[in-house]
Amino acid sequence: MEDLVRAGATNEPCDDARVVLEARGVSKTYHLGEVDVHALRGVDLSICDGRMLSLMGPSGSGKSTLMHIIGLLDRPSEGSVIVEGEEVSRMAPNELAAVRNRRIGFVFQSFNLLARTSALANVELPLVYAGVSGNERSRRAREALERVGLGDRMGHLPNQLSGGQQQRVAIARALVTEPSIVLADEPTGNLDSVSGVDVMTILQELNAHGITVVLVTHDDTVARHAERIVRLRDGMVVSDEAVADRIRASERRDAVVEEAGGEG
Amino acid sequence: MNLLESMRIALRALNANKVRSALTMLGVIIGVAAVILLVAIGTGVQDEITGSIEGLGSNLIFVFAGNFEEGPGGGGPGGISTRQFTIEDADLLQRRLGPEHAVVPVIQGPLSLRVGNRTMRTTVAAGNENAGEVFGGDYLGGRGYRRSEVSASARVIVLGATVRDRLFPNTDPVGEAISVNGQRFTVIGHVAAQGGSLTGDQDNQVYMPITVAQRLIGTTDVGLIAVKAADAEDVESLQRRIRQVLRPRFGDEFSVFSQDQTLGIFQQILGTLTFMLAGIAGISLLVGGIGIMNIMLVSVSERTREIGIRKAVGARTYDIMSQFVIEAVTLSVAGGVVGIAIGALGARVLTQWVPTEVTAWAVALAFTFSAGVGIFFGVYPAYKASRLDPIEALRYE
Ligand SMILES: Nc1ncnc2c1ncn2[C@@H]1O[C@H](COP(=O)(O)OP(=O)(O)O)[C@@H](O)[C@H]1O
Ligand SMILES: [Mg+2]
Repeated sequence: MEDLVRAGATNEPCDDARVVLEARGVSKTYHLGEVDVHALRGVDLSICDGRMLSLMGPSGSGKSTLMHIIGLLDRPSEGSVIVEGEEVSRMAPNELAAVRNRRIGFVFQSFNLLARTSALANVELPLVYAGVSGNERSRRAREALERVGLGDRMGHLPNQLSGGQQQRVAIARALVTEPSIVLADEPTGNLDSVSGVDVMTILQELNAHGITVVLVTHDDTVARHAERIVRLRDGMVVSDEAVADRIRASERRDAVVEEAGGEG
Repeated sequence: MNLLESMRIALRALNANKVRSALTMLGVIIGVAAVILLVAIGTGVQDEITGSIEGLGSNLIFVFAGNFEEGPGGGGPGGISTRQFTIEDADLLQRRLGPEHAVVPVIQGPLSLRVGNRTMRTTVAAGNENAGEVFGGDYLGGRGYRRSEVSASARVIVLGATVRDRLFPNTDPVGEAISVNGQRFTVIGHVAAQGGSLTGDQDNQVYMPITVAQRLIGTTDVGLIAVKAADAEDVESLQRRIRQVLRPRFGDEFSVFSQDQTLGIFQQILGTLTFMLAGIAGISLLVGGIGIMNIMLVSVSERTREIGIRKAVGARTYDIMSQFVIEAVTLSVAGGVVGIAIGALGARVLTQWVPTEVTAWAVALAFTFSAGVGIFFGVYPAYKASRLDPIEALRYE
């Protein structure tokens, strides 16, 4: 069974699309004193360009660990990570920083915005490190904020924004460098249902514009916003299947608003 | 990312913690202000003494009782148990050195003056009839004391500018009577203002024959003997001859310094003193630097998550490093600039009591040193920050 799944993962047909990100035999072991925690055990995963993928699994199954590794924030104990054909596992920290900056955008469950820093400045941050300055930087940051519907909140500080708005700032920050891939770890985890639908709408829109989206979630409904679901359990891939009835967030909004209003 | 960007980030971070930034800067401010102030005092005093020694006239030789020079029997605390000179020793020198060289026995002491209902305390500097020639001085009115007045212990007095202004405002003092320690003297002259001096206000002084001054003070001793060489070339040979004359009477228990040597000794002592003061002040600057390091370490651990976020979106080691180094340097340089301003201001206020001089090199040194302190004590925390693992930094609570 395991062999089958693995074969399926590596051979997942991208059709004519190329593989934008690939994990080969990735393991991660944490050493906690006497105990070794095997967070990932030999994960193979290939992500096709322009697709939307959900990484699903119960809490503790290794989803976040895998996302951090394919996002180049963390290194695997074993195995390799390939970004757009380039083996990155042995790159120096500064080279990894450059790849993250140019090709990858992150959205975290806890937003991870800089406190006491305006929405605009937060979105400008990746451009600062990309060496973009002056008018172009603020123009691009404004555009990104407008794209997530926050054109009128540019000067607001994170603590002056709702959770949903903060997460949208984080999405604007992730897409401002025009990355090829956006990695979102439980992006709706801290949000109310309506804000969650809005965030999912934006992520699907990004994907429709050709950006590859990887969605990490333990929620089946959220996962079904993607085209494909890869399930993890105990650090291993246990299934990899296409989503038959993909959910369109934009179509669900009215229903969710009504439901939320009814409850409130 | 360029330097300007790093500076903007650093300034924003410092601005977000105004009180903490100000308190951290205070350490450097105090250190730099102390360096500037103490060096200013040292330099000012040194200049003052140099000026007053040079202002005494030229080609001077000073003879002190007690062995202040190096050599066998030297090093003892001269002047305490040593036999002092008397006027006779000065007369002997004058006879043996010849009339072309002027010899003046000098004594100084405090006394009180009264004219009508005005009284004041002042210092007397007394010599013989050669004093005017040896030490100079511009007479605004009257004259100096004469040889006959010295031998007769005549109660005549010459007033410094301050004394004249206090006791004889708007009147010509020459020929007036004045009470000195209760004895009646006659003013025979007054001199022009010369400006301040370390040994007190030179203008707050009076001059009189040494013979009458000894009686007022109640001694037959002489503080020092000054000799003015007829020619600059004579100074060295004259020093030798003075030693020959005095050795049979005093052995090694006397010292002969030329004006240049005296100057050199003072400058050496004061230079060392200035250096020590700067060193002590430098220690407080060092303490300020440690304060910066402490705060930067706190700041790095407080902002671990921020560092993680920056790294996640593409900050390189260098970007984080420069951000924190610039923060530390901004703190120390801003502290340095404020410290220099306060030190210079303090020096200006202090000139009322002590001569001070703020020199360019002291300012440059303090500035460089404070920037150096920022770099030195900022690099370690910045290095720590730049080395943080991005994922561990992001997970930090
Ligand atoms: N820094 C760490 N140190 C030790 N164990 C960790 C660390 N991060 C994750 N783990 C362990 O690895 C496993 C997978 O964690 P994670 O990837 O966060 O799971 P998920 O995101 O699916 O909930 C868990 O058992 C967790 O306790
Ligand atoms: Mg997780």
